[in-house]
Amino acid sequence: MRPMPGKTLYDKIWDAHVVTLQDGEAILYIDLHLIHEVTTPQAFAGLRLAKRPVRRPDRTLAVADHNVPTEGQALGVGAVADEEARLQLQTLERNVKDYGIEFFPMGDVRNGIVHVVGPEQGRTQPGMTIVCGDSHTSTHGAFGALAHGIGTSEVEHVLATQTLRQTKAKNFRVNIEGEPIPGVGAKDFALAVIGAIGTAGGTGYVIEYAGSAVRALSMEGRMTLCNLTIEAGARAGLVAPDETTFAYLMGRPSAPKGGAWEMALSYWKGFSTDPDAQFDREITLDAAEIAPLVTWGTSPEDVIAVSDRVPAPEDFASPDKRASAVRALEYMGLDAGQPITEARVDVVFIGSCTNSRIEDLRAAAKVVEGRKVSPSVRAMVVPGSGLVRAQAEDEGLDEIFLAAGFEWREPGCSMCLAMNPDKVPPGQRCASTSNRNFEGRQGRAGRTHLMSPVMAAAAAIAGHITDVRDYL
Amino acid sequence: MDAFTRLDAKIAPLPLANIDTDQIIPKQFLKTVEREGLAKGLFYDLRFDGEGKERPGFVLNRPEYKGAGVLVAGDNFGCGSSREHAPWALMDFGIRCVVSTSFADIFYNNCFQNGLLPVVLPAEQVQALMEEAKGGNHLVTVDLEAQTVLSPAGETFHFEIDPVRKEKMLKGLDAIGETLQMAADIDTYEMRRALDRPWLEDA
Repeated sequence: MRPMPGKTLYDKIWDAHVVTLQDGEAILYIDLHLIHEVTTPQAFAGLRLAKRPVRRPDRTLAVADHNVPTEGQALGVGAVADEEARLQLQTLERNVKDYGIEFFPMGDVRNGIVHVVGPEQGRTQPGMTIVCGDSHTSTHGAFGALAHGIGTSEVEHVLATQTLRQTKAKNFRVNIEGEPIPGVGAKDFALAVIGAIGTAGGTGYVIEYAGSAVRALSMEGRMTLCNLTIEAGARAGLVAPDETTFAYLMGRPSAPKGGAWEMALSYWKGFSTDPDAQFDREITLDAAEIAPLVTWGTSPEDVIAVSDRVPAPEDFASPDKRASAVRALEYMGLDAGQPITEARVDVVFIGSCTNSRIEDLRAAAKVVEGRKVSPSVRAMVVPGSGLVRAQAEDEGLDEIFLAAGFEWREPGCSMCLAMNPDKVPPGQRCASTSNRNFEGRQGRAGRTHLMSPVMAAAAAIAGHITDVRDYL
Repeated sequence: MDAFTRLDAKIAPLPLANIDTDQIIPKQFLKTVEREGLAKGLFYDLRFDGEGKERPGFVLNRPEYKGAGVLVAGDNFGCGSSREHAPWALMDFGIRCVVSTSFADIFYNNCFQNGLLPVVLPAEQVQALMEEAKGGNHLVTVDLEAQTVLSPAGETFHFEIDPVRKEKMLKGLDAIGETLQMAADIDTYEMRRALDRPWLEDA
């Protein structure tokens, strides 16, 4: 008899959650369902219509993050000026109350961006399945949890059944080996991967990140890396849990305690890829060859090193890509062949589920300390949660940012997606630590350049895109 | 969910790669608590200028494409945000089928929850359809049962689709109702899980 081939981390999490098979699809049990105000109203409306209960309200956690203003949160939802946003937030409040779901409301110190809150509270744990009506749910894969975004119909399905109907994805391993140069971190790794495989390169796969450079990342860095996996088209990103993971989790409010911790730890340690497991695709990047990266266009795959020039449409192979490049150059107000460092910025945004955790703020503050924001720039820092904000204030980071001329705001999705008052005005250019540089993403006709927190901090000081290595 | 069987409709070309869900339905339309009425926001920044006036050159504003039921677009259609408002807006506008070389995963799933048929064809066939869609005759027939697209010039392109998804779309089945038939299996799984991973029960 031929021995069974080894399993990947993804295979193991998948196998542990298959309830049954029906019509060739797996019914996958969901351990944690995170919800927010934007992608749930129609799901609850559907439940009401069908008179269906929520199967496991205790495995569901709600936050308000996409629509919330990043000031005056203590005044409560009633004070939110935008009428539609207020209605959506109030609808969530009513739904969580009617169905008995735990909720961290706007203004609660535990509230914040859903993908910051879950890990911070210790809700996100290795070996889990986690879903949320938000594509950046891939973030939670940093803990070795299978985590991905779903649509609203699927949110309703999970609320009603605590399961999701799924077909299995393929296995893709991305190895990042070696030591990065100073000024390069997880955001650059992620952009390098997207640049290498393209925004559809991961379609149909779950990506596991491995290699010495990934192992060396903090949990914050791993979350940044997994967060951007969706921008490579993959369903989810994974990093196998290790001592870094366990140390992060220990003592968090929802992490197991005492004997339960020991039991959980031995369960979690089983979640790693077997040495003889097969991957459908595998690539390896050398961390030392990755420069600080920025995007020039309107897709996250439009990545160049900060020392590079803006590419020309002729550099692309397919007619669609050439047409997209022509359009992107026009939209971004850039000329082919221009050094990207010539791009003057009007706005700097440090925040979002990609880069709003304590380590991101510490790194940016280090660049900013003792310097001043360029007078032509509006610069803002939006911590990912009330707890991140409080910790940063304990460390004095707020004072560093404020002294330099940054705004220090209250938590939320903020300028990442312009569903709240924080927007990039038309025609203005933004150095942003967020995840999408799509047309109109940060505000109608706003121009986004994605980069790391330290690169964004340096751009705020210089007033244009610049190489952070000159600021270290 | 609406069933999808066969569609005779105009096909409109959108020759761009990576059309993301922010472009399909921008954020200002996501604040609704309803599923209906999203047609007004479909491709908003492509259809309308900064003053809210129609851009006459945009394909869906051109009279010859009025009432189009099929879109043919570049690679990686529907990438980005998970917003199901994207298929809702397309459906509300009257689009029942999108043809591309590839779709982003979440958008692809969302289509099947709503009876919007995503058709994947090889690049040269998508390119051929794109060129024909730009011409004077742009009527196509999409037949899900036969898994074919009949092009304006009369060429038949066969497409692949997961048989389970095909069956559900042909019948317009309700996924939740189906899964709830397996409630006893979910109960059993939960009991086993409570024994194996008790720490998850007292969060």
